[in-house]
Amino acid sequence: MPLFLDDEQTMLRDTARDYLADRAPVAHLRALRDGDDPVGFSRDLWRQFAEMGFTGILIPEAQGGLGLGHVEAGVVLEQIGRNLSPSPFLTTAVGAVAALSGTAQAERWFPGILAGETVAALAIDEGPKHRDTIGLTAERAGNGFRLSGTKRFVAHGHVADLLIVAARTAGNPADRDGVTLFALPRDSAGLAVRAERLADSSFAAHCTFDGVTVDGDAVVGEVDGGRVALDRLLRAGRAGASAELLGVGGGAMDMTLGYLRERQQFGVAIGSFQALQHRAAHLYAEMEVARAAVLKAQQLLDTGSEAADEAVSVAKAMAAMAATLAVNESVQMHGGIGMTDDYDIGFFMKRARSLAELWGDASYHADRLAVAAGY
Amino acid sequence: MTDLERFRQETRDWLEANCPQEMRRPIRSEKDVCWGGRRYVPASPEQKQWLDAMAARGWTVPDWPSDYGGGGLSPAETKILREELRRIGARSPLNSFGISMLGPALLKYGTEAQKLEHLPKIARGEIRWCQGYSEPNAGSDLAGLATWAEDAGDHYVVTGQKVWTSYADQADWIFCLVRTSKEAKQGGISFLLFDMESEGVSTRPILLISGYSPFCETFFDGVKVPKANRVHDENKGWDVAKYLLGHEREMISGMGLGEGADTLVAGALKAIGTDASGRLDDPLLRADIARFQVRARAFAAMSERFIDELKAGRAHPAQPSMMKYFGTELNKDRHELMMAAGGTDALEWQSEASHGGAPAHAWLRTKANSIEGGTSEIQLNIVAKRILNLPGA
Repeated sequence: MPLFLDDEQTMLRDTARDYLADRAPVAHLRALRDGDDPVGFSRDLWRQFAEMGFTGILIPEAQGGLGLGHVEAGVVLEQIGRNLSPSPFLTTAVGAVAALSGTAQAERWFPGILAGETVAALAIDEGPKHRDTIGLTAERAGNGFRLSGTKRFVAHGHVADLLIVAARTAGNPADRDGVTLFALPRDSAGLAVRAERLADSSFAAHCTFDGVTVDGDAVVGEVDGGRVALDRLLRAGRAGASAELLGVGGGAMDMTLGYLRERQQFGVAIGSFQALQHRAAHLYAEMEVARAAVLKAQQLLDTGSEAADEAVSVAKAMAAMAATLAVNESVQMHGGIGMTDDYDIGFFMKRARSLAELWGDASYHADRLAVAAGY
Repeated sequence: MTDLERFRQETRDWLEANCPQEMRRPIRSEKDVCWGGRRYVPASPEQKQWLDAMAARGWTVPDWPSDYGGGGLSPAETKILREELRRIGARSPLNSFGISMLGPALLKYGTEAQKLEHLPKIARGEIRWCQGYSEPNAGSDLAGLATWAEDAGDHYVVTGQKVWTSYADQADWIFCLVRTSKEAKQGGISFLLFDMESEGVSTRPILLISGYSPFCETFFDGVKVPKANRVHDENKGWDVAKYLLGHEREMISGMGLGEGADTLVAGALKAIGTDASGRLDDPLLRADIARFQVRARAFAAMSERFIDELKAGRAHPAQPSMMKYFGTELNKDRHELMMAAGGTDALEWQSEASHGGAPAHAWLRTKANSIEGGTSEIQLNIVAKRILNLPGA
């Protein structure tokens, strides 16, 4: 399989690019923010995503989806990134679908996701940095479990219909074993959700579980063996976030290149200055290498390779570093106008920061590689 | 089983039977590299055996047409062969500027007679080539070169000086940029091939900071070169030169791949050791190495993508400049980290323990990576102008 998009993937990219640039450009995000929209995205747009087939990209054909892979999901996410389109696509159509795939929960939740009716949120993190520890407890209670603890950085948590929750059913927070994944409705009794607006205008929730009782059939996969589904979720989510970072970084870079060609100072385009040319060319190289790393990880995920896990960490770290460079260079090269809220570039900077943090930042993933390599 | 799956299986079987175990061990020093040529002395019988076995199948140049000594493989087959070679850790059977630089240029610009004359000898490692590009006053501004080729009817008489001619003292032939017109800068350059044993050619190695002398000064004093040895039209040599530079940059960017971070990590663990949690007992160096590892693995993916795009005709013609820039800077980073990981052990210049100062010599050698074949700054200029379409100064 060559390491570039095939014809069908290229067609999907063109479709997604035209569609998102038309329906959900940066102006759409700006309007939601300026209108103090309490949801954070457009439910109409989410239903249109379903009509386009996007919500079913990772859902098998036998269950009504398109049966495509992580490359295709990434193709759509990159365009979401370029347009900063607010959407629950990453949490729902990628994260939740990956977690539920092949489990008994799939039949219950996939129809709503396919229809664009169901929005999912992923309750994994418990502290301000992503870690492998899971401390929220789920104790046996009758036929089911009682969940107690808190989760943070739960994107779309305040409006989601479905919550995927990583909980501890045995052992200590740092243990790999003893984790169980649950799929439960957000309106479950005892669950308090407080939405916080983030720097990038999106919403993430603090979720407090005060003895939330769920039936045994809310378990995703095996009791105490939830890392399998959680790892599947995280691999898919991280690859997806990496693809979105490519879009954010690439969108900022292209805006900046346009500005370098047009902006005149000293009687010439500022893009003719070697100091800026070299910074732009260096940025291009970083973004190109990140793009290759992301596509490699997606392809390995799609072929079910054992090498996929580490490749995803390479992709997430490299995409985060490259996109962070892209947005910083973009604001600097735009000069004063780059600091104004009226101009779009600042939105790119804010989104890149959120995505860089999501499911492990560059340091987290570099550390993972180091541990795997034995140092 | 598809044709490609069958090809993979056959290739795997053949390599298993024909690649000597000795040739599956990592290269330890320059003398483990086979460059071929008239004066080639095999470092071991296995090295020669491996070269001959691969050359017999045309697999030293797997994607060249078989008429010219190549393997005639498709891009997909070439990729499989490369993957299978990497899988068993096989050394390259033959390193040569003929393969990585001159060959592609001849395939594109050479006459049929030139291809038949030179390509099979390159493929079999019989002739070792060197590159006559840079001059004392033409470095980054390469097109300012002054070596003069006087028209003498059926031949040229070449007079001038080249510098940084890699391995000129060990090469058999040279591909050389000369000036055939003073009317135009780039449009007055021609591309000639000639034997280094021709009368009037002399070389002098240049001792570098690394202690090695891979580069030479090369002098031409009235060297007779038949016009049949000119590649492409007179005064059109710059087209060939640029095309070839793209391939040279590709080759140099490959140095960024090196051995990934494996040697670096092993060296650091040996010199520094681990703490109670099994982590390298130098947290800041560990973080630097881990970030390097991310970049090295991402660049390995970029190299795969670049080759795939190149073979499919989808790569931007200036993309080798990006590859060269990233790959060489990465390689310099690797060797800085290897020196830091080795500490004072890595400073030893001659000791047996350091294999004759291998870490220090290699570290200093990499400093040329971002200079040779066009400096990093020249590559950034090219990317800015040709890929990013930024306006000229």
